[in-house]
Amino acid sequence: MNNRLSFRLAMIMLVMPCSLLVAFTHYPTIRAVINSFWNNGSSRRPSRFVGTENYHALLEDDRLAQVLINSTIYALGTIPLAIGLAIGMALLVNSRLPGTALMRLSFFMPTMLPMIAVANIWLFFYAPGIGLASQILDLFGLPSINFLGRTDTALASMMFVAVWKEAGLFMIFYLAALQSVPTNLKDAARLEGASAFRVFWDVVMPLLRPTTIFVAVNALINAFRLVDHVIVMTEGGPNSSTALLLYYIFEVTFRQRDFAYGATLTVLMVFLLGLLAIFQFWILNRKAHYQ
Amino acid sequence: MTTSKSLATLLGATSLTIASAAAVSAADLEFYFPVGVNAPAVETIQALTDEWAAANPQHTVKAVYAGNYEETTTKALTAANAGQAPQVAVLLSIDLFTLIEEDVILPISDIANSDADKEWIAGFYPGFMKDSQFEGKTYAIPFQRSTPVFYYNKDAFREAGLDPEAPPTTWDEMIEVGKALTVKDDNGNVTRWGTRIPTLGLGGAWLFGGLVVSKGDVLTTETGIEARMDTPATLASLEFLLRLAEEEVMAPGGITWGDTPKAFLEGQTASMWTSTGNLAFVEENAEFDWGVGFLPGGDGPGAPIGGGNFYIFEDTTEEEREAALDFIRFMTSPESAAKWSIATGYVAPRPDAWETPEMKEYAERLPQALVALDQLEYAEREFATFQRAKVTQYLVDAIESVVTGNAEPAEALAKAQEGADKVLGDYQ
Repeated sequence: MNNRLSFRLAMIMLVMPCSLLVAFTHYPTIRAVINSFWNNGSSRRPSRFVGTENYHALLEDDRLAQVLINSTIYALGTIPLAIGLAIGMALLVNSRLPGTALMRLSFFMPTMLPMIAVANIWLFFYAPGIGLASQILDLFGLPSINFLGRTDTALASMMFVAVWKEAGLFMIFYLAALQSVPTNLKDAARLEGASAFRVFWDVVMPLLRPTTIFVAVNALINAFRLVDHVIVMTEGGPNSSTALLLYYIFEVTFRQRDFAYGATLTVLMVFLLGLLAIFQFWILNRKAHYQ
Repeated sequence: MTTSKSLATLLGATSLTIASAAAVSAADLEFYFPVGVNAPAVETIQALTDEWAAANPQHTVKAVYAGNYEETTTKALTAANAGQAPQVAVLLSIDLFTLIEEDVILPISDIANSDADKEWIAGFYPGFMKDSQFEGKTYAIPFQRSTPVFYYNKDAFREAGLDPEAPPTTWDEMIEVGKALTVKDDNGNVTRWGTRIPTLGLGGAWLFGGLVVSKGDVLTTETGIEARMDTPATLASLEFLLRLAEEEVMAPGGITWGDTPKAFLEGQTASMWTSTGNLAFVEENAEFDWGVGFLPGGDGPGAPIGGGNFYIFEDTTEEEREAALDFIRFMTSPESAAKWSIATGYVAPRPDAWETPEMKEYAERLPQALVALDQLEYAEREFATFQRAKVTQYLVDAIESVVTGNAEPAEALAKAQEGADKVLGDYQ
């Protein structure tokens, strides 16, 4: 009796999360796959089944190639830098220096600000001639740089903002991990005569590995999901040099209202993220050192 | 179907006359509007909306600021697809084809079909009606319409020994004058550019249309299925943009739309090409003597007409349509149009608005406001086709790739034309 009741209760409690999962994850995914085999219909052009035509279009899409290159550069450029900075900042605020509370706050501050606000602030920093960046360059007698208006600097400028924003969040994870590193291990190493660097590299770093993997997974997913600051700062320009994958999907789907091709791009993105997830779980299982 | 529809329209029109006499039927309107300029636009729209609501207590209206033009269109279309369309919205005039294709808007001429209504519709400047009509029907009512004009810093002109009352009128003069206006510091860094033409994004494509018009061509026609991207006029226009950078008249690389008025006000540039919708902002903030002229042209004056129109959505009840029409009539009435025009700088869309005492006084105080009106004669419709967002992207990519030095003009334009033809091929 008791068991039956709890089984029912379990069912009832499962309905909620399962229906959410179906409504917002499974159904849209299946729908996207189906839509990707149709072309985009409208009142003036009926929709018809086109088979894999949309997927052929993927292969011939120059803009998509540019977008994928951008996304890769973005991920490879921001993640190691943000992680490195996060470790540095975590070590700094974990030390017994005076004013660590203030330091923690200021390092974490960028993470707390809403993305759109951050993008607008940086938009102003980067404004050629009048922005903060130009004024700093001017102090050194350098010409102002049109950061967001040049294809060779626009993406790097956006990556800088991302690192600035994300490092603070990652720092929190590293700080938590650092505080759980047993002091006896470090003490033992010091007794053996290891230098501070050696202690960090051979004792602390291995213990931080699960955190690093966790952070890297999140950062990678974020890198592919990022869309807000592209919309605010550059709208993918100039000449598509800052268009990232999700932004491209947004643009194709909602601006150009090509739902079929948007669905095809979504399938591509789900596939890529799936590959990344499999790769990362494999690494996690092999390399993570859990105590 | 057609008969029953026109019957319904007829009935609707009849009930419209009766209802407006009795003023009993109530409607709750939702009204989306964008802001594309630096002006106290939101406050002015809200004030006008409140005024209409106060005069029509049986109705309610909620004005929703929905972001810039593109965001507002995206939101309105998404809402319409979800069955939650606003009843009335101000959207880009060039989104006409998209809105027709999505089947979300109602031809306003279908409901505004009395003689008085026809006369009202005929009372707008023909230049603004060009891109509000399609296949013989009027789909939209002009509201925040503008053309870009050439703003220049008269103090800078005097400083450079130029006549402050004679802005450049041709491309060659622009380059010559621009060279004189460009100032460098001791390190050889430019501290003030001669001019500034936004080249990035949709704003860049809009201005580019003006360059093309001044070379005697157009980017697009009223059919909505023709894109003329690879022509001698577009090539000359792109080469002009490159020449400005080569001759150090304009900053190299892409130039954003949004920063342009600020750069002008801060003295970073001695002149700029931007919408008349920025007149009020410049008037309020300029700490120098400034003037406005026609856009310098290739073979003669030329400008694109841009801005937003009122649309009524298809998914509305008779009462809502009637209320929406009345609301639009109010918003474009001479008095409201005058208030809106004075607050922002947009060109009042009807000649009768310019006859109001407020407008006359405004034109006297700020004669710069008349330039856009005079320029209207030389202006052509903005680039618009079916699948506008997609097709325009080809044009935007071509312009951006050339100004950032990543492609040669001829090659970029050929590529854009090819892309556009491929999309529009489905419609021909």
